[in-house]
Amino acid sequence: MERAGGSRRLSIPSTQVLEEQAQESDDLTDSEESVYSGLEDSGSDSSTEEEAEDQDSNDEGKRKGNSLSKKAQARMASQKKEQVQCQSLETDSKPSAQQELPLKGEYEEDSSDEEDVRNTVGNIPMEWYQDYPHIGYDLDGKRIYKPVRTKDELDKFLDKMENPDYWRTVQDKQTGADLRLTDEQVELVQRLQKGQFGDVHVNPYEPAIDFFSSQVMIHPVTNRPADKRSFIPSLLEKEKVSKLVHAIKMGWIKPRKPKEDTPTYYDLWAQEDPNSILGRHKMHVPAPKLRLPGHEESYNPPPEYLLSEEEKLAWEQQEVAERKLNVLPQQHRCLRAVPAYARFIHERFERCLDLYLCPRQRKMRVNVDPEDLIPKLPKPRDLQPFPTTQALVYRGHTSLVRCLSISPSGQWLVSGSDDGTVRFWEVSSARCMKTLPVEGVVKSVAWNPNPAVCLVAVAVEQSVLLVNPCLGDKLLYAATDQLIEGYVPPEEERLQPVTWAVAAGAEHGRGVRLIIRHGKPVKQVTWHPRGDYLASVLAADGHTQVLIHQASKRWSQSPFRRSKGQVQCVLFHPLRPFFFVATQRCVRLYNLLKQELAKKLLTNCKWVSSMAVHPAGDNLICGSYDSKLAWFDLDLSTKPYRVLRHHKKALRSVAFHRHYPLFASGSDDGSVIVCHGMVYNDLLQNPLIVPVKVLKGHAPARDLGVLDVLFHPTQPWLFSSGADASIRLFA
Amino acid sequence: MGGLEKKKYERGSATNYITRNKARKKLQLSLADFRRLCILKGIYPHEPKHKKKVNKGSTAARTFYLLKDIKFLLHEPIINKFREYKVFVRKLRKAYGKSEWNTVERLKDNKPSYKLDHIIKERYPTFIDALRDLDDALSMCFLFATFPRTGKCHVQTIQLCRRLTVEFLNYVIASRSLRKVFLSIKGIYYQAEVLGQPITWITPYAFAHDHPTDVDYRVMATFTEFYTTLLGFVNFRLYQSLNLHYPPKIEGQAVAEQKPEEGEAYAMDSESYMEKLSALSASLARVVAPNPEDEVQVDEFPVDGESAEQEAARKKEQEAVEKQKKLFEGLRFFLNREVPREPIAFIIRCFGGEVSWDKSMCISATYDVRNPTITHQIVDRPSLGKQVIGRYYLQPQWVFDSVNAKMCLPVADYFPGVLLPPHLSPFVSEKDGDYIPPEKLKLLALQKGENPAEESREEVEEDSDEDDDDDEGSEGEEHSEQEDERKLKKLEEQRSQGKKLPVKVSAGIVRLEDKQQAAQEEQSEEKRLAIMMMKKREKYLYQKIMFGKKRKVREATRLAEKRKAHDAAMKSEKKKTKKVRRE
Repeated sequence: MERAGGSRRLSIPSTQVLEEQAQESDDLTDSEESVYSGLEDSGSDSSTEEEAEDQDSNDEGKRKGNSLSKKAQARMASQKKEQVQCQSLETDSKPSAQQELPLKGEYEEDSSDEEDVRNTVGNIPMEWYQDYPHIGYDLDGKRIYKPVRTKDELDKFLDKMENPDYWRTVQDKQTGADLRLTDEQVELVQRLQKGQFGDVHVNPYEPAIDFFSSQVMIHPVTNRPADKRSFIPSLLEKEKVSKLVHAIKMGWIKPRKPKEDTPTYYDLWAQEDPNSILGRHKMHVPAPKLRLPGHEESYNPPPEYLLSEEEKLAWEQQEVAERKLNVLPQQHRCLRAVPAYARFIHERFERCLDLYLCPRQRKMRVNVDPEDLIPKLPKPRDLQPFPTTQALVYRGHTSLVRCLSISPSGQWLVSGSDDGTVRFWEVSSARCMKTLPVEGVVKSVAWNPNPAVCLVAVAVEQSVLLVNPCLGDKLLYAATDQLIEGYVPPEEERLQPVTWAVAAGAEHGRGVRLIIRHGKPVKQVTWHPRGDYLASVLAADGHTQVLIHQASKRWSQSPFRRSKGQVQCVLFHPLRPFFFVATQRCVRLYNLLKQELAKKLLTNCKWVSSMAVHPAGDNLICGSYDSKLAWFDLDLSTKPYRVLRHHKKALRSVAFHRHYPLFASGSDDGSVIVCHGMVYNDLLQNPLIVPVKVLKGHAPARDLGVLDVLFHPTQPWLFSSGADASIRLFA
Repeated sequence: MGGLEKKKYERGSATNYITRNKARKKLQLSLADFRRLCILKGIYPHEPKHKKKVNKGSTAARTFYLLKDIKFLLHEPIINKFREYKVFVRKLRKAYGKSEWNTVERLKDNKPSYKLDHIIKERYPTFIDALRDLDDALSMCFLFATFPRTGKCHVQTIQLCRRLTVEFLNYVIASRSLRKVFLSIKGIYYQAEVLGQPITWITPYAFAHDHPTDVDYRVMATFTEFYTTLLGFVNFRLYQSLNLHYPPKIEGQAVAEQKPEEGEAYAMDSESYMEKLSALSASLARVVAPNPEDEVQVDEFPVDGESAEQEAARKKEQEAVEKQKKLFEGLRFFLNREVPREPIAFIIRCFGGEVSWDKSMCISATYDVRNPTITHQIVDRPSLGKQVIGRYYLQPQWVFDSVNAKMCLPVADYFPGVLLPPHLSPFVSEKDGDYIPPEKLKLLALQKGENPAEESREEVEEDSDEDDDDDEGSEGEEHSEQEDERKLKKLEEQRSQGKKLPVKVSAGIVRLEDKQQAAQEEQSEEKRLAIMMMKKREKYLYQKIMFGKKRKVREATRLAEKRKAHDAAMKSEKKKTKKVRRE
């Protein structure tokens, strides 16, 4: 009995058990069954009788082998103590009648006294005695020696093999003796290993009793009487309150202002003060308003605003910033079919960004009528006469016609072409009067401007031919022949850059009178207005690019000692002894008498192609391959007075009319533009330049259009020769 | 020469501008605060005329502010508030970290807040200035009012936006200042004329928003903060100008206040009041009862010549506006439940109509469907079960188109289930040369009072087409007559040829010289020649202008051709279906 009770007390340390024990003490001697009544009830108070009985039968076996050493039990008991404390809390909440019982039993549970202490070292790590022969001291203070261990590995192995209880044998660390665990103890170990309660009778799933529920009960949870301090006013608080009262009295603490949630509005602009408008407001650049939507943004736009498939595709492929429409027009049959616009928030956000991030600049919008931009010019009708229509076409050449010249009387026209012929035409009838075959391309022709002489200079290859066309007045051309034949060579031969030769035989029969042989190809030939001197330009580098010949004396000279670049063309001043030399970028004006540079005109062009001088001699026009025409007023400046960019392509030639205020330019785009270029005698008045007519007729061939233009000496007629092998007369 | 050397970039435009970062440093603000300040104060970057000079020779992309603007910001009291707020946040965080809840509460009670009143007054010194800048404010507030009450921004802001926009709508109704409305695919555009200023705003269609992630809501919230303040003050002033109570009171509410109705426990008082206000069906109470005699009669001044014409035009316009204001007067509308209630109710009320809806749809419905006095019922469903005689069943577009046309349009095109005519934008005013859609032309004719019998004419045309088929027989007869004559002539010729002389004289062709055309040609050539003489810069400008003009013309012709092709296609389809039907 005792033993059973002891084991019960140790292994089942719940308060209920103790409670039962108290009861047990009363009815210990009741009956045989009552012996087990403590155990039976220790599992759970609420379990029924049958269940308890079942458990009894289970427990019986365990109790038999309950030879657990008291020390082991004690250790377990100390573990359980914590549980006891936990559960004692529960018991607190139980009705007060039962409360005192566990308090009574509390010391019964303390088993430290009862422990069978053979070793008095206490609860210390036993490793400390590892190196000693003894293991501790007994009650008398004598050493307890470790049992003699003679077992080697073989013995251990044999023991393991032979002893059926080997697995349940453990060494008591405090005594060093071997202990065989009882079945109960083994089961306890197993239960603990599984993480279950050591006690079989503990029900972990007991129904929870909600003591601290929301329901107000009539009884307090604890029966503890209120403290005394809860009845006495606190001095500390009094002090604090008096401080606050003082602070309130003194106005240091103010009551909290009630919070205003809703903003209040009032008439902000009650007095609009015009003075309050700051200078900033005048500088302010208001943000432009958003564009208002057009028809295409409608939910049901007219069908023409909807995009076709290709347009839609193009729209989708465009960059967002480049799109003209920021939404794809869509058609919905009715209002209920219209969906939400997905980019609505985006658009508002972008507007916000524009408002505060976008730099603003006040830009002056040009609001001009384009008609106002067009300059007010005199009407071409008022500036007549000028050539307006194509009157005649001179056909006969087979290749492009490079150059033209007209007789001073205006009756005959001479043209040189790439087909190796020079043709003489009657102006009025467009008849080819004469054809002069030459060996090579004709680069330039020039009719002697002296009306008393009938002589044409033709630049072919490396020579200049002086040809008497034998046209017109017989006396006149016979006189010219006589003039040439009457040449008396000077006594002493002078060194010349060219050789003068007299044509003879068949050539003389064709009209060639003199041949001036240059060593190099000749580009251009031009007469002095008096008709005695002529200048030729050579296509060569060096200082001998320009030569001046005197036909009457058959005398040539090279006027320049140094080269100033490639000479494009040269021209004699119509009245004064000046000489124009056009190089690639500029035009130089030399005084022939003083033999010095008079002026250098900067054309602002890339490549000068041709030039012409006004018959009064104060104005010069200059055509260039970069399709510009520069008008120079020689008295005004060395820079162009006006640059005209009328042509689309390179200018090939320019010409002034001898009497009428007209000038013309021919270009590779196949057009001839006739301009009115009035020069006033009044020096203060600038020349008036008005384009009056665009003449078209020449068909462009081989990227060339009009190659030469020429005015009739007396009539307002214009000749033009083109790459289509024709010469046209515009009247 | 003595004197100090002139250093570069120490005078002139370089000293007038300041980069953003420098400005930020000068103001000692974080970038976020600086942005907020710029938004509230309306400071924006300026684009200098010579960027390189201002940028001290560098061409790096920088934003420049006017130095004066930044100096102006330096004295702004709100900057201190920003700093206080920063400190407040720091303190609060500390208190939270230490779990000092009392401190947290105290700090929260003393949360620094700022008011924007003075900024509004400063940015808009006159009321008209404020009205001019109201477009963005309204659009933003209308957008925020539709946001869900969760996330994104404060609930108070959303509620405030809703309140202010409803107040503004009520003002527009009371003053009848709505002029144009437009159903776009983006939303609904409205244009009102308030004190002579056109104010345009857009509201989204009533759907839930798909909130984009790449939008900074803080920026929008800052703008909204400013806009709500502005709109509040503007509303106050506007209500005052009409002698209305502000905050608005519904007419007859005074009576209702005296005897609270138990039965109408719809919601809390403040909420139901807001709901009633936003239902837009009741008119607002005035401080002083309006007296029709008080209407100011404008004196007429004797005027002459041009100004008289102008005066007459102005008068005419004013009359038209007055007429438009009373467009729906006397009409009673009923909105079906599928129709967007708020916009349509707003528009109808703006033009003097009475409007109601189903009781279950919204609060303060004034009459129900069975009311026999209803003249128009707005319906947006393909077909209707039973219809009541004595009222028009119309699609909502009729309301919008009628407002834009300034007259009640013929109803036939807008019956339910009918293919609607295109809805045109009222904001487009076509100049000469622009493309005008045919619907607009029709509308203009209608406005002038001509009764366009186009449709009937079209039908006639179709009929005549059919007639043509019948006439073919008679035409054939004519043909044969002509042929006979030709044959006779030939015969005659053949006979006469026998006697003909070998000399052939062909008759000369009289070349008629069209003098007008010649003159025109001459003039155009003259112009061409004059253009040649233009200076380079002017020529460039001229060509640019002409290019723009040409493009416009091209666009117009493109649209016209597209329309023509479409019409032709439609017609042929129509015929086909007709034929099929006939067979």
